[in-house]
Amino acid sequence: MTESAKKIGGVEFRSVSRRYGKVTAVDQISFKVEPGTLVTLLGPSGCGKTTTLRMIAGLEAPSEGTILIGGRDVTLLPATDRDVTMVFQSYALFPHMNVLDNVAFGLEVSGVPKAQREAQAMQGLAMVGLAGFENRLPSELSGGQQQRVAVARALVLEPEVLLFDEPLSNLDAKLRRKMRDDIRELQSKLGLTSVYVTHDQEEALAVSDRIIVMNRAVIAQEGSPSDLYRRPVSRFVADFMGISNLLDGIVIARADGRVKVRCGEATLDLPAPTATAADDVTVAIRPQGIRLEAEAAPDRLPVTVRKATYLGSHLEYVLDSDAGELFVVDPTSERAVPPGSGAWAAFRHDGVALVPRGE
Amino acid sequence: MFRSHILWLIIGWIGWAIVPWYGFASTRRPATGDWPPSGLLAGLGDAPWLLPLALFLALPVPFVLARSRHTGLALIVGGLGGLVWMMLEGSAITHKGWAWASLAGLFGRLPEGQPGMGFGAMITALAFLFFFTMGLAARGAMKGDRFTTGAIGFLVASIALFVFWPVSTVFSQAMLPDGDISGATALYNRLTARDIWSLGCITGDTRCGVVWNSVVLGTLCGVITTVLGLAFALVAARTDFPYQRALRLLSVLPIITPPFVIGLAVILLFGRNGTVTLFLAENFGLTATRWIYGLPGILLTQTLAFTPIAFLVLIGVVQGIAPSMEEAAQTLRAGRWQTFRRVTWPLMRPGLANAFLVGFIESLADFGNPLVMGGGYEVLSTKIFYAVVGAQNDPGRAAALGIVLLALCVGAFLVQHRWVGSGSYTTVGGKGFAGTPAELPVWLKRAVYGTAIPWAAFTFLLYGLILYGGFVENWGRNNTFTLRHYVTAFGLDWNQYGLLWTGRAWNSLFTTLEVSAIAAPLTAALGLITAYLLVRQRFAGRATFEFMTMLSFAIPGTVIGVAYILAFNQPPVELTGTAAILVVCFVFRNMPVSIRAGVASMSQLDKNLDECALTLGANSAQTIRRVIVPLLRPAIVAALVYSFVRAITSVSAVIFLVSARHDMATSYIVGRVEIGDFGLAIAYSSVLVVLMGLAIIFIQWAVGERRIARPTPQAPAARAQEVAA
Ligand SMILES: Nc1ncnc2c1ncn2[C@@H]1O[C@H](COP(=O)(O)OP(=O)(O)O)[C@@H](O)[C@H]1O
Ligand SMILES: [Mg+2]
Repeated sequence: MTESAKKIGGVEFRSVSRRYGKVTAVDQISFKVEPGTLVTLLGPSGCGKTTTLRMIAGLEAPSEGTILIGGRDVTLLPATDRDVTMVFQSYALFPHMNVLDNVAFGLEVSGVPKAQREAQAMQGLAMVGLAGFENRLPSELSGGQQQRVAVARALVLEPEVLLFDEPLSNLDAKLRRKMRDDIRELQSKLGLTSVYVTHDQEEALAVSDRIIVMNRAVIAQEGSPSDLYRRPVSRFVADFMGISNLLDGIVIARADGRVKVRCGEATLDLPAPTATAADDVTVAIRPQGIRLEAEAAPDRLPVTVRKATYLGSHLEYVLDSDAGELFVVDPTSERAVPPGSGAWAAFRHDGVALVPRGE
Repeated sequence: MFRSHILWLIIGWIGWAIVPWYGFASTRRPATGDWPPSGLLAGLGDAPWLLPLALFLALPVPFVLARSRHTGLALIVGGLGGLVWMMLEGSAITHKGWAWASLAGLFGRLPEGQPGMGFGAMITALAFLFFFTMGLAARGAMKGDRFTTGAIGFLVASIALFVFWPVSTVFSQAMLPDGDISGATALYNRLTARDIWSLGCITGDTRCGVVWNSVVLGTLCGVITTVLGLAFALVAARTDFPYQRALRLLSVLPIITPPFVIGLAVILLFGRNGTVTLFLAENFGLTATRWIYGLPGILLTQTLAFTPIAFLVLIGVVQGIAPSMEEAAQTLRAGRWQTFRRVTWPLMRPGLANAFLVGFIESLADFGNPLVMGGGYEVLSTKIFYAVVGAQNDPGRAAALGIVLLALCVGAFLVQHRWVGSGSYTTVGGKGFAGTPAELPVWLKRAVYGTAIPWAAFTFLLYGLILYGGFVENWGRNNTFTLRHYVTAFGLDWNQYGLLWTGRAWNSLFTTLEVSAIAAPLTAALGLITAYLLVRQRFAGRATFEFMTMLSFAIPGTVIGVAYILAFNQPPVELTGTAAILVVCFVFRNMPVSIRAGVASMSQLDKNLDECALTLGANSAQTIRRVIVPLLRPAIVAALVYSFVRAITSVSAVIFLVSARHDMATSYIVGRVEIGDFGLAIAYSSVLVVLMGLAIIFIQWAVGERRIARPTPQAPAARAQEVAA
């Protein structure tokens, strides 16, 4: 890798839409990716993440709107001429070229002399921990190794922007953790502007500087990982971020920056959320935000333990209450409450968020 | 962006100002000087209408040099203007002068017309075309991809010039006024002639019209080939028949056999002096007749020739039925027969319709067998031929017959296209099969064996006869061994000047090999580029484009032959009598096969592969060369083999286009057959079959394997679809 004149550009979308016939895959979205950061597009399958990513790469032309990379309008620039590379979900390794040729391909077509490009490719392979695999064919590598080759191939061009489309979805769970840490480490070491697509919220939380949650072709919420987890603005985001307890609630009082919310038989006194003006709300409670107590209190909910699962590091409960079913992760795994017994659910205030009801 | 603009501007100027403007090899205008005049010189001389082209060549220059924002527009205007002007001057001024009298009134008489366009004109026209497409690309067409726009432009223009324009001249020829009868009436008369449509054979004593002959023949052929093909397919895919390889060979044979060769073998068996005929006459006292000439003979030969095609279509269908579905049926307690009846059969039905239509179209378009076996039984393709070459020499009638035949074939093609849908080949996958296919019900198994095995034996017998027949003096009358036919055809001699190619077949054999060797790579390249565009690019009018490229496959060879001599025997594009017209004819007739092969294997390639190459900075051309071509080796082999072999074996269009200088093997052989010289014809045919076998081996060796370590097995279904067009 040459250290010279490394250009790090951000990405900006201005009201970009993409339609396929009657289907709108991406609808008027605008966002900014700051130079050197890793931003994740998170959302359920079919929400338009890949399409967005492909428009950054230039593989797909927007139906309307403007795309800027490094401050330059690239809307009409074909993929070939953009300084953007991509790690494909299927890896897209060229099956007829060996690992070295795959990694050196981008350098080759841009006319880098053989000796230099091979040196650079070797360096790239070393960076992803694959030195010594140069002469293998892709079909002779394991899934994780193929993944690394794909990353090395995209890295050696030192692109302005690096894109990942669900790069880990073909790997098994253990490898996935390791790869995502490696990717994050490489990205921050090289200071590359990156856009990362995934439908896995845990993965998104782990790798991102910022997360853009998409739903049905539009952006549902954008923010830092903790923003999204602590302050979801909609039921959809809360649900998608893994905040699995969603109970109906009614605001009964608002005063000096706090709200009182009635939720089943409990009345919670919470810091006022920013987004909810309506009185009908959904109370979103993280599984870790609930404790089981033996005594009653006004802000506790009476529950019956339906199921208790011992998982080594923690306990998982499924509780029945008048307000609905609750899922609890309890890290203090010593004293399990047996199924069938009654208890009181207490809520940690930083584990609860209010979002508008519906949707 | 900049470089290709400059390049094509320079090429355009060279084509206009330096390269001889008129005539290909057979230029008629005597050259005045050593170097025939370029567009510039001719324009300054007696063809001033060539001068305005400079305007269109010059228009984009300042924009390109200044890297103006309006370069795209300037290129579009220059390119389109130049093309339109060339079309206008080309069609307005023929070799005799003004094409239309009214123009003479306007501009005065011309002292002299102009001959057909040549290399200079061709190069300039290409440059104009690419100006236009580069201009479109600069304005954002196809995401600004110049290669793709250029390829689409080139293909559309060449298909228009070499398929649609000739076919349209057939229509205008059929409308030519006949004596004092006006054009429209003449067209009506020609299209409704009694000898085309008459139903006399049903109502009474006279003969039926030629359309009915063709339709009856086509229907019978379609039905019989489908039944036989299905029997073979079931044997191959659903039984443990031990000689599977022989079946495969059977399916390759007709591809490397000129269409009338089987006819020859049938004559050797059932003709007046045929072995079977003589045997029956001697032992049972049956009088030897010419019964085989006519419907029975044509039907027999066509069935022999086209059954393997039906087999290839249907083996794909049969193997495409996921065994898991049949297994599911069996777990639901369906017996063998119920499984076949309720699951297998309904899944096969569309494939059967497809096979029928393929057989129908092939039969209608077939020319060689009716010519050899027809006797008094006239079909459209032969009638067209006799309307052109015979004593009649009535192009109007030939054109009208051509329209009828074209309508039938294209109609059947449309039905097939609707039915099977354009997605038929995209479903081909290299996936292994899960589960084992269900066994056939016992009686069905007997039936398919009973049908397929005798027929296969018969086919092999005929091929044996062909090889053998070249070595006997005079089949049936004098069966002594001889090399006479081979010597006559392929004799070599030495004298003081060196080697003499004394055999009479050498001339046509060399032309055939040369023309096929030029046509095959062109066909494969154009076909695969088209496939790339169809599979990998989205553009407005893509469906129409696909349909256009496929349609040329449905145009019968005889119609193409007539169309080419009508369209290309006069300026502006004068090609008759050259080898170029043969090459062009093969390229555009056989391109659909390459397209199919390309589409089938390209849809199996992960689209991300080429997208990935693009994001890594490769342009479209580099992507094709470095990523797609190496992975498409099997398709390239298929495309090359088919186009090479079909160029050698085809006869229908060729027979109109050959000339004394450029004779082709097939038309030479047909000529021998017509004068009864079977020995030579058969000897020559055997040589062709063997040569093509060698060529296939050579092509496979030359293109090589693709090396991806875990090769996906070439799905037989893919091959079937290639043929099923
Ligand atoms: N080439 C295409 N043609 C038609 N529809 C498409 C195409 N690509 C994507 N879509 C549609 O656009 C929507 C978004 O797709 P995509 O961006 O791939 O979603 P994601 O990657 O978030 O799963 C989907 O509804 C999909 O069906
Ligand atoms: Mg996706």
